[in-house]
Amino acid sequence: MNAVTVNNIIKTYGTKKETVKALDDISFDVKPGELFGIIGPDGAGKTSLFRILTTLLLAEGGTATVDGFDVVKDYKQIRNRVGYMPGKFSLYQDLTVEENLEFFATIFNTSIEANYDLIKDIYIQIEPFKERRAGKLSGGMKQKLALCCALIHRPSVLFLDEPTTGVDAVSRKEFWEMLKGLKKQGITILVSTPYMDEAAMCDRVALMQSGKIMSINTPENIIKEFKKRIWAVRSQEMYRLLTDLKKYSNTESCNSFGEFHHLVLKDEGQGEEPVLNYLKEQQHKNIIIKTTEPNIEDCFMQLMQKN
Amino acid sequence: MKEIVIKADGLTKKFGDFIATNAISFQVEKGEIFGFLGANGAGKTTAMRMLCGLSIPSSGKATVAGFDVYKETEHIKQNIGYMSQKFSLYEDLTVKENIRFYAGIYGMSRTSIKEKMTALLAQLQMTAEENTLVKALPLGWKQKLAFSVAILHEPKIVFLDEPTGGVDPVTRREFWNLIYEAAANGITVFVTTHYMDEAEYCDRVSIMVDGVIEALDTPGNLKTIFNAASMDDVFLQLARGAKRTAD
Repeated sequence: MNAVTVNNIIKTYGTKKETVKALDDISFDVKPGELFGIIGPDGAGKTSLFRILTTLLLAEGGTATVDGFDVVKDYKQIRNRVGYMPGKFSLYQDLTVEENLEFFATIFNTSIEANYDLIKDIYIQIEPFKERRAGKLSGGMKQKLALCCALIHRPSVLFLDEPTTGVDAVSRKEFWEMLKGLKKQGITILVSTPYMDEAAMCDRVALMQSGKIMSINTPENIIKEFKKRIWAVRSQEMYRLLTDLKKYSNTESCNSFGEFHHLVLKDEGQGEEPVLNYLKEQQHKNIIIKTTEPNIEDCFMQLMQKN
Repeated sequence: MKEIVIKADGLTKKFGDFIATNAISFQVEKGEIFGFLGANGAGKTTAMRMLCGLSIPSSGKATVAGFDVYKETEHIKQNIGYMSQKFSLYEDLTVKENIRFYAGIYGMSRTSIKEKMTALLAQLQMTAEENTLVKALPLGWKQKLAFSVAILHEPKIVFLDEPTGGVDPVTRREFWNLIYEAAANGITVFVTTHYMDEAEYCDRVSIMVDGVIEALDTPGNLKTIFNAASMDDVFLQLARGAKRTAD
């Protein structure tokens, strides 16, 4: 049995005149124990999807199950067995760290002691501050507390809505380490993120844009689906290089990727030689051009153009 | 000698015993894209608030666009633009109304607002959307409009606080093209970001750790100094040592 099934889910917002399709006929499955990523920018429909799966929002069309239970009929069972960490910090700011955790444990008829092993690795990091009110915690600590509270009833499926948004690169890495630890304990995890590089940390990902899923696969296979070669190009003047490469007649796409621009050619037959000559004609200096591996962002942008 | 538009010398801000920003010193040149990086809680926001004239320093000196951060904060505000991901435009106003509102706040004349508005809408290819409510615009358009509005009054410096958070990869790159154009036109860009690839697009980058600027150089030099393959690597090496986690 799949941990999550989503079949043709549709959700729209707005009035009759102006409707926005937040979710436009979405279908996918998540296997038990899987770490499944929903990758997409703001407005892709990630939060609507999570709210439907956690029974907080009704879809207009389609069906979905969590742990075999229907999100409409069996909402009570689902609420007992899922953990949900919303994008916005939603714990009680006036309760202390320990009080928040105890509150959530009590609501689910359990105790901190009963499930301590599950949260231990995360909780020990905030335990020195257990007397502090949640509202007075730093961003990173709030996030850890919210994760503990979402886990304290030992959920079978954990939903994390953009847990790393606005979080610095170091804390993001630490958070993903925590998720790997939880995955080892057999919890199915659905996590959404706008950071494309985090796709690599998931077993499988769904790439979402404007209410649609553009691709579902393992991160490796998504990259394999990128059929064309990519050249990494740099020169002394990066911005002029970008505009010149965009003007080049054989360019299919050219995007900046940090230190290099990623160039895809319409006709790859002659390799980089003609490109190099063109750039020399344009007086570029210190040109480096070499083939490189695509990353998830390359794939995402290519899929955006196709859709 | 290039014109210096931001000059900080031992700039410090204390909240009680807590030193949020600890004696930071740096200079930013006209037309430079200056990346201001740091982990959450490193003191970036506090430093930025002082430079924008929103918070009086505890000690140290700084001038922004030639104005003193203690005594001439109103002059500073008139000479800078500001945009963040969290706050940019008024959702319940139309595109046109937002432009007129911001331009008005910065004291632009009616005729110059009118001229600028027409040019801006054409440049952004948004003329057909001029009467659309901002909340109905796709996020990417909003961000681009917000940036253009922030520099409509031709400020000397524009402060961008995580301008590209949550934005799709195509729009993120289009946004950086706007930054390059602004810099080429002589506007100094002071930008924070959590995307390390964007650090590569800056002329120089500073990295704050626990209230102190731990490194400041071009992305290329930083990678050499820290023997790192990428800016991500440089950032991780520096920020891993951070003791503070406060936001």
